[in-house]
Amino acid sequence: MAELHSIMATPVAHHFEDAEQQHEANTLGMWTFLATEVLFFGALFAAFYIYRASYASTFKETSRHLYMSIGAVNTVVLLTSSLTVALAVHAGEHRQRRRMVRFMLATLVLGLLFLGFKGVEYFLDYREHLVPAFNFAWEGDNPGQAQLFFIFYFIMTLVHGLHMIIGIGVIIYLAVRARRGHYDQDPTAIELFGLYWHFVDIVWIFLFPTLYLLKQ
Amino acid sequence: MSQTTPEPVAENHTSTKIYYQIFAALLILLALTVGVSYVDLGAFNEVIALAIAAAKALLVILFFMHMRSSSRLTWLFAAAGFVWLGILIALTMSDYVSRGWMGR
Repeated sequence: MAELHSIMATPVAHHFEDAEQQHEANTLGMWTFLATEVLFFGALFAAFYIYRASYASTFKETSRHLYMSIGAVNTVVLLTSSLTVALAVHAGEHRQRRRMVRFMLATLVLGLLFLGFKGVEYFLDYREHLVPAFNFAWEGDNPGQAQLFFIFYFIMTLVHGLHMIIGIGVIIYLAVRARRGHYDQDPTAIELFGLYWHFVDIVWIFLFPTLYLLKQ
Repeated sequence: MSQTTPEPVAENHTSTKIYYQIFAALLILLALTVGVSYVDLGAFNEVIALAIAAAKALLVILFFMHMRSSSRLTWLFAAAGFVWLGILIALTMSDYVSRGWMGR
């Protein structure tokens, strides 16, 4: 109901029949972008699992070298940030500007917290000589296969982290404008940002077990 | 009680309840997947870990991303990416799985 109500108050661009069509077009645009993202990350996951099947015993050993506790805490942080984004979108739909901005700021803090933990983890990986082509040293069997695992680990988590940084930049911009009342009439921008943020969360939902948990 | 918040707080409370419930479910699934990783189940470790991840992703898509109440056209656009990912994985696997079949 609330959503319908919000659509009624939205200004409509001239090339749309009505606000509902405009809203759907906006949502479809974001989902089209997310489809390209699904393929982008999906290709990385497919490549990872092929090598994991080929070098199973090495990849299980390398997985044990990651800090599962930091990964798990970061999963909780990201899941919580998805909750706060969902609540910000909800507040936007109900025209509660202050509540919306507050949840956006909570999301911003959680996003920064995630990057902070990730930075600490990278530093610990560096200290253990696990950074490929930089200071990689492996005492176990098959150092080449082990290095390949860490190449995947760093590329996948760095690309995910880049998406987080972009998301944080966007939410700062949106929060500043939201505070001035830019989205009081039409909170679609917050909604679309929510879709992006949830998607980045989903990527991590798959990254965490793929990299950290498949050690048996 | 107080006059300061004329906003429909009670209504908000009930309509955001689902988000907190989904959040709790996501945390339970996270605890489950971490717990299972300590048990050696052979190949089932991977199957279970990915199944739990898929379940979490589905909860996020359906409830947080509002797919549950979205139009069929939105469903189509959202599903398209995953369908093409399925093609990517199927064709890649058809190569890797069948490489040994022809002999050396």
